[in-house]
Amino acid sequence: MTWLRDHFGEVLSLTVQHIYLAGVPLILGLLIALPLGWLARRYRGLYPVLIIGTGLLYTIPSLALFIMLPVLLGTHVLDRTNVLIAMTIYTVALLVRTVADGLGAVPDAVNQSATAMGYKRGRRFVSVELPLAVPVISAGLRVAAVSNVSIVSVAALIGVQQLGSLFTDGFSRAFVEPILVGVVACVLLALLFDGVILGVTFLATPWLRAGKASG
Amino acid sequence: MINNIFAWLTDGAHWQGYDGIPRRLLEHLAYSFTALLIAALIAIPLGLYIGHTGRGRFLVVNAVGAARAIPSLGLLFLAFFWLGPRLSGDIAFLAPAGLVLVVLAIPPILSGAYAGVEGVDPDARDAAKGMGMRGSQVLRHVEFPCALPLIMSGVRSGMLQVIATATIAAVLGLGGLGRFLIDGLATQDFSQTASGAILVAVLALVVDLALALVQRSVVSRGLTGRYRPVETFNPDAGATPSAPALQQNA
Repeated sequence: MTWLRDHFGEVLSLTVQHIYLAGVPLILGLLIALPLGWLARRYRGLYPVLIIGTGLLYTIPSLALFIMLPVLLGTHVLDRTNVLIAMTIYTVALLVRTVADGLGAVPDAVNQSATAMGYKRGRRFVSVELPLAVPVISAGLRVAAVSNVSIVSVAALIGVQQLGSLFTDGFSRAFVEPILVGVVACVLLALLFDGVILGVTFLATPWLRAGKASG
Repeated sequence: MINNIFAWLTDGAHWQGYDGIPRRLLEHLAYSFTALLIAALIAIPLGLYIGHTGRGRFLVVNAVGAARAIPSLGLLFLAFFWLGPRLSGDIAFLAPAGLVLVVLAIPPILSGAYAGVEGVDPDARDAAKGMGMRGSQVLRHVEFPCALPLIMSGVRSGMLQVIATATIAAVLGLGGLGRFLIDGLATQDFSQTASGAILVAVLALVVDLALALVQRSVVSRGLTGRYRPVETFNPDAGATPSAPALQQNA
């Protein structure tokens, strides 16, 4: 544990990098997956196309994607943008299906009531369908968050600094302690992401507790 | 850049010998299918047992969540430092990587098998019991076939995980297509690295497609809805149970 005490600042800055590389794609991915999921629901013919298309993206192994993106985008291999885009692709791939299924789980009667009350399609989506789909979307987001935190560490192999750098450093110097610290930090970070999503979900779904409170 | 990659991939010298593409491809397939087979032999019976009896449900849910959070690269290095000094020769490289591949493939298959059995329509189970089937018969003739779609989707995510991790495991000296990526990065030979990346991505796609075809042929047509003897009242009823959140990656 002396190693951790001596290198605390370094571990902290790597953690911040890791949060950035795993967290930003989570938000971007959600913002992209929401309209795509809505489209998949709205136009039934698009559903299989979008689900299969994003599923194919998800099969690409992370290291391969990190290396292929600079070729396709013309960016430098060491550019962090590659990792951000790769993680966004994985997040979208996981979330499109979740969003589509979550919107599909909204009861028809609710949608019809909203329409009868004068909600137009756009407003109905934002204030009725989306809030009711939050629990399902949140479950998908938790999976994406935890796997993002884990996948980002692979980027150490292409030289992008984050907690995974502790693995490659420890390995090249035959020193186990940084590796252990890195693994523990990754798991704690995954728990933190999970906790934040659970907290936001709790705040966004007061209607789930309304029944319990009154009766 | 694209031209360099194309030149590398079409260079005849890269398609033969010890460090040739066919040999590396076969190595990658051999590691992946061996690890997947071992993982499936452990995870499917265990998942079926847990789903059938309801015992140990807590264990599955938590183990699967925790496994997703553990970074595969760190796990590979830890296994290497833990097992490596105890072994000698080639096995010192193979065993840690092999162990990690199996360990990472187990959770998705386990959760697929468990969720598959758990999600079986209770009416189907009751009907089987009513026909006089014993517990093991219900499991074999009703629960297992009904759970197959989810078991197969677990196997497919396990396989993607294994192929991705086997690629990374080249840093430990393991063979397979990962060698092109890791060696190319080390020698700054970007054509080789990028070509390796393309080969790995194609391999993952083809294997997933092959497993999808296996899934299509083993899953009962009565479950997939590709066989409809009479017009059903509700086209959604009786469709394949969806598999939310089973996907996983390395």
